[in-house]
Amino acid sequence: MAVAHAPAGHDRVSPTPTEPGPGRRRQLGWLLTLPGLGWLALFFALPIALLFSTSLMVPVPGGDIGQFEPAFRVANYTEALAEYWPTFVRSFAYGLLATVLALLIGYPLAYVVAVKCRRFPTLQALLLVLIIAPFFTSFILRTIAWRQILADEGVVVQTMQALALLPGDGRLTATSFAVVAGLTYNFVPFMTLPIYASLERLDLRYVEAGQDLYAGPWTTFRTVTWPLSLPGVVAGTLLTFIPASGDYVNAALLGTSRTQMIGNVIESRFFRIVDYPTAAALSFLLMATILVIVFLYIRRAGTEDLV
Amino acid sequence: MLQTVRRRPGDALLVAFAVVAFGYLFVPIGYVVAFSFNDGRRSNLIWRGFTWDNWLNPCGAPGVCEALGNSIRIGLLATLVATALGTLLAYALVRYRFRARGAINLLIFLPMATPEVVLGASLLAQFLNVGARLGFWTIVAAHIMFTLSFVVVTVKARVATLDPRLEEAAADLYASGAQTFLRVTLPLLLPGIAAAALLAFSLSFDDFIITNFNSGNTDTFPKFVYVAAARGIPAQAYVIGSAMFAISLLVVVAGRLLTLRRGRG
Repeated sequence: MAVAHAPAGHDRVSPTPTEPGPGRRRQLGWLLTLPGLGWLALFFALPIALLFSTSLMVPVPGGDIGQFEPAFRVANYTEALAEYWPTFVRSFAYGLLATVLALLIGYPLAYVVAVKCRRFPTLQALLLVLIIAPFFTSFILRTIAWRQILADEGVVVQTMQALALLPGDGRLTATSFAVVAGLTYNFVPFMTLPIYASLERLDLRYVEAGQDLYAGPWTTFRTVTWPLSLPGVVAGTLLTFIPASGDYVNAALLGTSRTQMIGNVIESRFFRIVDYPTAAALSFLLMATILVIVFLYIRRAGTEDLV
Repeated sequence: MLQTVRRRPGDALLVAFAVVAFGYLFVPIGYVVAFSFNDGRRSNLIWRGFTWDNWLNPCGAPGVCEALGNSIRIGLLATLVATALGTLLAYALVRYRFRARGAINLLIFLPMATPEVVLGASLLAQFLNVGARLGFWTIVAAHIMFTLSFVVVTVKARVATLDPRLEEAAADLYASGAQTFLRVTLPLLLPGIAAAALLAFSLSFDDFIITNFNSGNTDTFPKFVYVAAARGIPAQAYVIGSAMFAISLLVVVAGRLLTLRRGRG
């Protein structure tokens, strides 16, 4: 990043009487970061460490429900995995499917707004607002509205039944279809915005050049537009995949126990069964898996300025 | 005419697709707005006719306005703290060189790459461990934590566009460090800080998953809606959702038009 080099140049300027020396400058830098870092240490790093220690605990012998003591029981992990690996697989499959669908919807949408509307800045600005507008109502409220729309008596089901796309007793709610549709719906704006940001900066002269060299629209897209928009695609897919695979609201509101995601299991292990070690082990596995996927993906996509 | 990419037959298809996609994004919102006018006394599942009653009496459903008030108070507090801490962090990270920068950037990135369930669960484990009483303040602490990273990222982008020579000029004119920051740096960063604050507030206001783990008996608006979903959402919740939508839309559109006009003039 070019930004990182700016302060070096700043330091080389001859110090004026009021400008603190480099030592004090560094101290001040630390001082400014301290409150924020302290907060993250106290309410993020420490809890995660604690979660890890909880994941290895065992119930207090003869204790009440919810009483656990430190141990080093790695078997909590293997047992949790043995029981819940299908749920894990399902979570990541739903997350991935929703990410792909959101990309298929979000990319053309971003393209139309960023490229096709470029000569009409007012229209472009308004359409951009419309992309983020779904955030203006509550996420939960929208998901519930979505459930009502997909409900058995709803328009969508009735129409699909009339068109014989769905059997007469067929339904959409309480199916994987509904869960993935809900996830996709909720994360399309997260996908569209970063892609829009990339495409907005796309220099159309490159596209022109491609056309002048007799490349067809598909070739131009594949060799010019797509690579130039890749940073936006990477950011958008991460912003979609991470929260989508950890989400439990869509699965809870739109699915059944057969379409549970790992978030639902973590939530119920914590609140209903009061089995903190298993919940913690599952949380840790989820976090670790996502982090590994994210770092591999960022590395593969080669966009380090994301972090 | 460099700006005119040749028109292609696919264009019409693309535009049609965008229209459908926008429709798709707005169907549930249309549903929320429509059902805020529903005359369903008890359940709000089926359309029973048009009425203004819910809009005239938005607090009519028990608990809905308490939950809304909590969400607003939590959002404002969390936004204030997260924006202050995040701005300092972002400024220091771009302007000062220190050895731990890579590690600090990672620490700021990690909460964003951690699923909300895990953030919520880990905080709950911590609060249970120290015997904290779950409620208003545990929600505020959690919201400051998870919005902070987003503030840092947003403000950092703005700091990066700042010309360091402006601050050097201030220093050359014998402004003290504090004077330079307050009179030169801060005003220039303000649009970025405002954007970050808006983002933080909307993230906090809309959060359900982290809140649900750390709220105890305190209701927030999303939590109210989630719990009510089992019995059928009262129309008043739809009224609040619609009003929120209308107000935010107006504010953002007005802001956009203002900046566009200023940009031209």
